[in-house]
Amino acid sequence: MFYDNEMTLSFRAISSNEAFARVSVAAFALQLDPAVSEITEIKTAVSEAVTNSIIHAYDNGDGIVHIWCGCAGNKLYIEISDNGKGIENIETAMEPLFTTKPEQERSGLGFTIMQSFMNNIEVSSELGRGTKVTMEKSIGE
Amino acid sequence: MSVGFKTLNNCLIVEIDGEIDHHFVDNVKKSIDSQAVQKGYSNIIFDFKNVDFMDSAGIGMIIGRYKFTKKNGGITSVACLSDNLKRIMMVSGLYRIIKIYNTVEEATKAV
Ligand SMILES: Nc1ncnc2c1ncn2[C@@H]1O[C@H](COP(=O)(O)OP(=O)(O)O)[C@@H](O)[C@H]1O
Ligand SMILES: [Mg+2]
Repeated sequence: MFYDNEMTLSFRAISSNEAFARVSVAAFALQLDPAVSEITEIKTAVSEAVTNSIIHAYDNGDGIVHIWCGCAGNKLYIEISDNGKGIENIETAMEPLFTTKPEQERSGLGFTIMQSFMNNIEVSSELGRGTKVTMEKSIGE
Repeated sequence: MSVGFKTLNNCLIVEIDGEIDHHFVDNVKKSIDSQAVQKGYSNIIFDFKNVDFMDSAGIGMIIGRYKFTKKNGGITSVACLSDNLKRIMMVSGLYRIIKIYNTVEEATKAV
């Protein structure tokens, strides 16, 4: 696939990087001339995926989160991955309100929000190896 | 990023300034509960006029305070939401259990 532009980011899995990650991806997306509401949707979806890597994949411990972004035409592609513990059952994990950390006041709505704010989302995961969330959004449609 | 507390008509008003994500929520949820306990208020109203970003961590924070106040026979509601925040309330279905008000005064009157 040919992309007009691409970027990658890797950062430590600490919660103060959640804002850094979503603002960086939003800045990359600016070249597609998104509306303010589209920027918010992108920031929210990125925040959800990055937070999941920090709290679920690495259990708030050491680790690195990777982001790759590409754009082609009016489409934005975002890949967020970790080398954490992985997801046992992706279908169940994506169900609204499902969470494995209710004691931390997680709402279980991260995937639901990613799905409703992006045009497409795919999740692949291997237990003990990590998780990759791929999202796609058409800007200006 | 900051959180401030006020009291009005027997309600603890929680004024948040900044972006509500997991990082923020982890830092403030305990102080909200301890303020409510210390001051003996069973109702919590979030004033979101200076918040323009919230992800699902904010939903968890609101539901957590809702459960906390419900235990003590009180309510939790939210006021002054931007369009972004209203959208998160809708997408998550949170509007079904948490009342949304245009102003803090309206919210306190409904208690
Ligand atoms: N990167 C990840 N690594 C491991 N588990 C994950 C990851 N992302 C999501 N999960 C699992 O999927 C569940 C649902 O995620 P989500 O919808 O964001 O809800 P929440 O984060 O509130 O638990 C999580 O509780 C967790 O068990
Ligand atoms: Mg989540």
